[in-house]
Amino acid sequence: MVSATVSKQGFVEEVEIQGHIIDSLILPKVLDEILTHGGSYVIKDIRIGQRQADPSYARIEVRADSSDQLHEILNAIHDHGAAPVAVRDCQTVAADMDGAFPEGFYSTTSFRTQVRLKGEWIDVEDQEMDCGILVDAEGTAARCIPMADVRVGDRIVVGRQGLRVFPAETTARSNLFEFMASPVSSEKPKGVTVREIAAAMKRTKESGEKILAVLGPAIVHTGSVEHICRLIRSGYLNILFAGNALATHDIEQAFFGTSLGISLERGLPMEEGHENHLRAINTIRRLGGIRRAVERGVLKSGVMYECIRHDIPFLLAGSIRDDGPLPEVVTDVLEAQRRMREMIHGVGFCLMMATMLHSIATGNLLPAWVKVACVDINPATVTKLTDRGSIQTVGVVTDVEPFLRALVAELGREE
Amino acid sequence: MRQPRILMCPPDYYGIEYEINPWMNRARGSLRERARQQWQKLHDVLLGLGVIVELLQPQPGLPDLVFTANAGLVFGNRFFSSRFRHAERARETPYFDAWFAAHGFVVEHLPEGMYFEGAGDALFCGPTLFAGYRIRSDVQGHQYLGRILQKQVLPLELVNPYFYHLDTCFCPLAPGEAIWYPDAFDAYGRRVIENHVPHLIAANEAEARCFGCNAVVVGKTVVLNTGCTKLAADLQARGYTSIAVELDEFIKSGGSAKCLTLRLDGEEAAVWE
Repeated sequence: MVSATVSKQGFVEEVEIQGHIIDSLILPKVLDEILTHGGSYVIKDIRIGQRQADPSYARIEVRADSSDQLHEILNAIHDHGAAPVAVRDCQTVAADMDGAFPEGFYSTTSFRTQVRLKGEWIDVEDQEMDCGILVDAEGTAARCIPMADVRVGDRIVVGRQGLRVFPAETTARSNLFEFMASPVSSEKPKGVTVREIAAAMKRTKESGEKILAVLGPAIVHTGSVEHICRLIRSGYLNILFAGNALATHDIEQAFFGTSLGISLERGLPMEEGHENHLRAINTIRRLGGIRRAVERGVLKSGVMYECIRHDIPFLLAGSIRDDGPLPEVVTDVLEAQRRMREMIHGVGFCLMMATMLHSIATGNLLPAWVKVACVDINPATVTKLTDRGSIQTVGVVTDVEPFLRALVAELGREE
Repeated sequence: MRQPRILMCPPDYYGIEYEINPWMNRARGSLRERARQQWQKLHDVLLGLGVIVELLQPQPGLPDLVFTANAGLVFGNRFFSSRFRHAERARETPYFDAWFAAHGFVVEHLPEGMYFEGAGDALFCGPTLFAGYRIRSDVQGHQYLGRILQKQVLPLELVNPYFYHLDTCFCPLAPGEAIWYPDAFDAYGRRVIENHVPHLIAANEAEARCFGCNAVVVGKTVVLNTGCTKLAADLQARGYTSIAVELDEFIKSGGSAKCLTLRLDGEEAAVWE
């Protein structure tokens, strides 16, 4: 499925034209035809003949808003000698075992990708990096598939024939975050960044797409819980990914007013406070889960409380150092990945705050056209994210509390 | 000085048996005897100009074999045989090919899938091959010829169905000089011709519809259909003598003087070396 944020003019075909195309004005005529039919073009390659008798050559990427428009343009320019670059269908090999790709499999990126099936370019669904591409039995659709999900007989794309990838510059980059010369810096005016992020969130909400938040426990430690609750209540947070720690300290705060034993009112350790988070987990486990705790009226505030109250889907993924964990935590990482994949459908914007582990995990799942803002006090978190291929990320190096305070104020001003 | 050689085919089986251009109308058939006389007149005029006229044996069932200009493109001793767009005319090809093979030409064919209608759509003016496309020939065929001949080819889109071959609207007289009918081309084609042919004589609409551009050039003499008096005067002003031959029986099929002839030794305006 191609999200609405994929660029306008998303139907593309490459054509080539050769011969005496300069003096005969055939090339300008072809380019004019493309424009007058409402399309656009990018000249990917051009070689002009050196002498009068020498032929010239041009390879042109033709773009249109719809399949019909593209075919109309291709028909019009074909009469002047511009023909699609000869391409063949992609090649597939049947998987010979469960849980592994055939040798030579095509390894995906997070960029919009198309495969050629029966002569037509088809968008690869569920675009995700570091996967393979599964072609359905009819040979009419394709989607990304993680290695572990492969089953014997699945038709997996191999090689690079009949494949094309649209790098980020050619997908929608026209407004989001273009102001950023470098994607991460601690030396940017935060006010501008916050305004842009708020505007992006507002556009996402208006377009009916969802905003995903990936949160670490520093949200609670820094006293940002109420800001997150306000985002949830005002419809700016639609899905939550986190770990055991965020939920635990959020509930600890709701029960005891502390986070890791530190009083959020006074900023000082409380007597026996180090036990608080374990007591909070224990209470929730005794009640059978966070939802039951809310339903029973035991849990009455905080991020998890608001999620339950506002039907915000959340996924708590476990890790090896977790205490408890809380009953909702998914401790099988493959199962957690699978659920996250299902939940990111329809996400148009992602806010990652104060967690390296969950940010990178989510970054791996998101297609490149979903814009990401990563807020962390440590620049390395953002750098790691982009180094792993999530290049659509804009980083903000700051403590999350002042950032969130400004963001909530900005969103409130726009309302 | 070379002696001009032209291939013609007597109109023994000429007639309007199908309709493949806007001129043709089976209800308005040709008068065989009158056609015969008109063709003979053209033949005799060319002989009188010192032309060696070669004759192709007419064939029953091939009424348009008389239009030898569409047989193919001659370049030196190479004959690039046409690939006709219409099946009716494609049947002529074996007869043209046989004649050229028997007369010392190397017969070559364009790759399948390309339409190309010979000297009807490909005319040298100087070293450049001007080529009409879209209605009969297609642009790929001309670009292919450019590669093979190592010559500059300028494909020109034909936009008026009444002027379906280049030789109905463009007639090179000498390098850098030609008769043309501008409205048969789009704006790009007009600019290309104006950029590459410095001396142009424009036919008006009435003369173009009298096939004034479909002329045979022999030295400084231009043989064309009757009824083109302004064009004749313009030609005279540029130092050409014009001879009018009545050819209205052939205009019923969409052809005139040029269509009835194929120059075998290179058109007057062609520069091959």
